[in-house]
Amino acid sequence: MKQTEGMTLIVKTVTRISVWLILLYGIYIILHGHLSPGGGFAGGVIIALAFLNVMLAYGRNFINRWVNIGFLHDIESSSAALFLAVGILGMAIGGGFLANFISHGKLYNLLSAGTIPVLNIIISAKVSMGLFVVVWTLSVFHLDKGGKDE
Amino acid sequence: MPVETWLIFILGFMIIGSIIALELKDLLSAVISIGIVGLGVSLAFLFLQALDLAIVQFLFEIFALIILIRAFIGKEYHIQEPSRSHIVQTVITIGALLLILLLSINMFKALPGFGHPIFSTAKHYVENGGLETGSANIVSAIILDYRAYDTLGEVTVLFTAILGALTILRTKKSNGLAGGDHETN
Repeated sequence: MKQTEGMTLIVKTVTRISVWLILLYGIYIILHGHLSPGGGFAGGVIIALAFLNVMLAYGRNFINRWVNIGFLHDIESSSAALFLAVGILGMAIGGGFLANFISHGKLYNLLSAGTIPVLNIIISAKVSMGLFVVVWTLSVFHLDKGGKDE
Repeated sequence: MPVETWLIFILGFMIIGSIIALELKDLLSAVISIGIVGLGVSLAFLFLQALDLAIVQFLFEIFALIILIRAFIGKEYHIQEPSRSHIVQTVITIGALLLILLLSINMFKALPGFGHPIFSTAKHYVENGGLETGSANIVSAIILDYRAYDTLGEVTVLFTAILGALTILRTKKSNGLAGGDHETN
């Protein structure tokens, strides 16, 4: 068999099916963060693990073609600013930094709890993209031993 | 069985796992057996009914295990040097631990009972959290509403840590002094 990048055909096929289910589960955990256990942090790690799954199974050259790493890094950096923006909006509308200025809605509804789901989504973008970009950087990093320039 | 018995069992399991991880000569096996500690912590959180913490701990354990295994696979330093036994150091360490235990007996007597915290803030959160924030999950209500400022600090810490890692591991050479060497695609 021709030597290709990544793992065997079995792993690749299983990954191709399961990675979407893992992503879906991560999104479920994020969106239901204010109703059930979980939240932005746990869901973000699940999404990062899904990306990592693809990277391990298909190799890192495939992931370069699949997603734009620079764009993921931009999402990661801008979500910190978005968190601050929500906080400042709370200061402007709700009367305090990070105040819960959106209507609380009905308890146990999906659209409830004001800014909490919004902050969950922002934190999940931050955590997932941050962890994945760091692992990707670690994988492409090759230590320069410094022997060439001497 | 009460929760305390399960916790003692899990703690003993974790201690055994970490001792095995220390004594193993093969680094890959040591990494896998150190996973016992993380998964044991996750199980302990489950028994204490802290589901949010259990989920996060479980996922991060898998994440750390993947990174450690990828770091150690195919490396030359796969086999550890057999360490010499240090009987004197072991005796001194155990003696110091026993001394600390002896000195802190009075403090242990003053601790509140298991499951009876002395802080009353938590009671307010549990009773009024749902009404005041509209969130059914009290943990989310605390970390994103009551203590959102702490979460902002956490996000800042994560941002700074990732920024530092990316700066050290940057792949583009600026003035020829880059930390890494870019792989040619």
